[in-house]
Amino acid sequence: MATKLQEQISCYHCGETCAETIIPFEDKSFCCEGCKMVYQLLNQHELCEYYDLNKNPGLSQRIQVRKDKFAFLEDPGIEQQLIHFKDSTNTHVNFYLPHIHCSSCLYLLENLHKIHTGVIKVTVQFTRKEVDVIFDHTKISLRGVAELLTSIGYEPYISLQQLNKAKPRIPRTMIYQLGVAGFCFANIMLMSFPEYLGLEHAEKNLQYAFRYLNLILALPVLLFSAQPFYNSAWISLKHRFLNIDAPIVLAIWVTFFRSVVEVLTDTGGGYFDSFAGIVFFMLIGRVLQDKTYQSLSFERDYTSYFPIAVTVLKNDKEIPTALPQIKPGDTLLIHQDELIPADGILTRGRAYIDYSFVTGESIPVLKEVGEIIYAGGKQTAGTIELLTIKEVAQSYLTRLWNQAEKQPEEKGVSFVHLLSRYFTYIVFTIAIVTALYWWAQDSSKIWPAVTAILIIACPCALLLSNTFTNGTILRIFSRNGLYLRNAQAIEEMAAIDQIVFDKTGTLTTTTRHAVEYEGDPLSDSDLIALASLANGSRHPLSRALIQHLGQHRKPVDQFRERIGKGLEGWIYGTRYALGSQSFITGMKNLSSGTRVYVSVDNQVKGYFQFHNFYREEVNALLARIRPDYELAVISGDNDAERPELERMAGKKSILLFNQQPQDKLRYIEIEKEKGKKLMMVGDGLNDAIALQESNMGIAIAENSNSFTPASDGILNAASLGKLDRFLQLAKGNRQVVMASFVMSIIYNIIGLYFAVQGDLSPLIAAILMPSSSISIILLTYGASNLYARKLKL
Amino acid sequence: MAVIILLLIASIAVAALFLFGFIWSVKNGQYEDEYSPPMRILFDDKPSKKSSEQ
Repeated sequence: MATKLQEQISCYHCGETCAETIIPFEDKSFCCEGCKMVYQLLNQHELCEYYDLNKNPGLSQRIQVRKDKFAFLEDPGIEQQLIHFKDSTNTHVNFYLPHIHCSSCLYLLENLHKIHTGVIKVTVQFTRKEVDVIFDHTKISLRGVAELLTSIGYEPYISLQQLNKAKPRIPRTMIYQLGVAGFCFANIMLMSFPEYLGLEHAEKNLQYAFRYLNLILALPVLLFSAQPFYNSAWISLKHRFLNIDAPIVLAIWVTFFRSVVEVLTDTGGGYFDSFAGIVFFMLIGRVLQDKTYQSLSFERDYTSYFPIAVTVLKNDKEIPTALPQIKPGDTLLIHQDELIPADGILTRGRAYIDYSFVTGESIPVLKEVGEIIYAGGKQTAGTIELLTIKEVAQSYLTRLWNQAEKQPEEKGVSFVHLLSRYFTYIVFTIAIVTALYWWAQDSSKIWPAVTAILIIACPCALLLSNTFTNGTILRIFSRNGLYLRNAQAIEEMAAIDQIVFDKTGTLTTTTRHAVEYEGDPLSDSDLIALASLANGSRHPLSRALIQHLGQHRKPVDQFRERIGKGLEGWIYGTRYALGSQSFITGMKNLSSGTRVYVSVDNQVKGYFQFHNFYREEVNALLARIRPDYELAVISGDNDAERPELERMAGKKSILLFNQQPQDKLRYIEIEKEKGKKLMMVGDGLNDAIALQESNMGIAIAENSNSFTPASDGILNAASLGKLDRFLQLAKGNRQVVMASFVMSIIYNIIGLYFAVQGDLSPLIAAILMPSSSISIILLTYGASNLYARKLKL
Repeated sequence: MAVIILLLIASIAVAALFLFGFIWSVKNGQYEDEYSPPMRILFDDKPSKKSSEQ
């Protein structure tokens, strides 16, 4: 075994082991012609630093991109939609290149002008995996640029989504608001010091200067920086709901106007520093909490899966057509590895459709001429022709999608708003009681006492503790491979009482299978011969068989692959065949589960049974969450796996098989009506509607490049085993917020003690405000991290 | 003590300069991609062999 490992040679370009053939070139070895061609191209243009910066930075070029794949980019209508700017010579365009992953990519792409003089400038946006290309369209066409990128191994991903709308830019307003608030806060604090230190008696003029400067500096905070709070408060009031921002806005305004009155009437310095400080700290919390993951998208719908254009056959001519323009009755030409964009009837060729985008199941399905093919599948064997029966927007998959989107999700209300409401009521009561007391005693004290209470009444400590805890927990999650759409999702997660799993692609992995052989025993030479036979095929089951039997490459004579049936060939004078039951035995396909039959010299020997390969951590995970949550597994497959699932998930859990996307949706709806809070964990487009309908939808992503349906969170497949700990941490979130809130109430009581007496001096406010804010930040940060460490996250 | 007023204006002006610097850098997209710029600076523009031969 050790010698075998040493012999393995990896491709200089992509790093994959050269399994089938080794192509030597100069002193390097390559796994395929494609990789060698990229190397030659880069070598010719002296860009081989690409290989020095990182080891094997390329993507395997084994699967060649079809020659006319980007022909649709010559269509002026489509081109117009994609480009951002065009003048007499220059065109600006933006491409999404999923393969961007390291500094080598950056180096190569930004030196693209060395390969083709028509390219003027390429700028890589690394985190978004995008390139901005400026090119001279008199020298190279848009199609040329796309093909140039493809030729060096960076195939642009152009989807229907780009046609419909421009990409949303990251909102920067809040960052500006934060910057302005920070600037004003720091300067106001600086100029408040003389007042606190008691220097005001020496220089009356200076005191005026300081106070009025503070007033001027506070204006941008009031008018610009605090806007997010106004918007949120206004929206909630319009919906007749008192959220946390309403009392905060009240407190901000009262603080500001009391300070203005003090300055104008020359009765004091005001609380401008506390005012600016609180806005500043609350904005920091908001910005932390709203952190976005630029390389991920939580809003994906079917359009980001679909191509931008397909080839339509009209009068024997191939016309690239944008998807929205496809009419029922058009004949579509679908090439190998293309996605079927609209429902249609197969009119020519043999369709072998991989529905893994839709169902998560990667083993292709055979369709004969005359059968209906639904949109969303990927053709895997040659070219077919399809007579469209429905428009893209009316197809089965798209209709399902739109149906789900019509009912906007009513997400729960954060407990923070409810808590802040109680808090506000209590403080208002104190304010009224104080006002009544001073009205009887000394009416001149009503104004200072009541305003001071309202300043203290600001539930900003609650908001701070909430936003900072959420921000910290989102970071801990993302460090561990769970990316949540927003902070509200943490609370949704804490309230879950039932977890629904999809089976294929979620609990199981599609890249591996468990294989068992049943039948007459096969000799070692037979097994080697079968592995060599399977080597010639790209079918997922052949790949799985090779994984099971090991790599062998004996010469195969008269190799034939019958699409949808099997493989046959002669090895050292013996005829071997692998394939479906009907292909090998001549009987009808009756078997349950996935089987590949074997025959040697026309004698049926037995079959390989393929079981789903459960992710390693699934068994332990299900055992850990079983006591605390109701479990359900919903699968689109048949019930061949029922005993296995029952063993793992326990007898009490709900197991449903043969479930269509609507069935999944209906299940979620029924359970929700019972008052259950559901978390759905799924992966394919067939789970998409269920993911949206559930209280918390989590999409499983195999790697950072894979496409996930719209969801509340994206979970890295490797982190699935941490799900129980994620749930616990989400519950801990609430405790941390409550603990810091209790602490802030202590500060509030101290403040109120001064406030009810009518002498909350700016100095006390200036000490209380930052010290409470900073201690809350420290507490939330420390407590969340401590909790995470306890959970080993 | 009038000089303090002058100093105040000067200090705020300097701080404002930094504020505008910050806003400009955000507007310019400097915080959007924290990976490429530090990498970009390390790439040498090696003189091409072909051009040096000529």
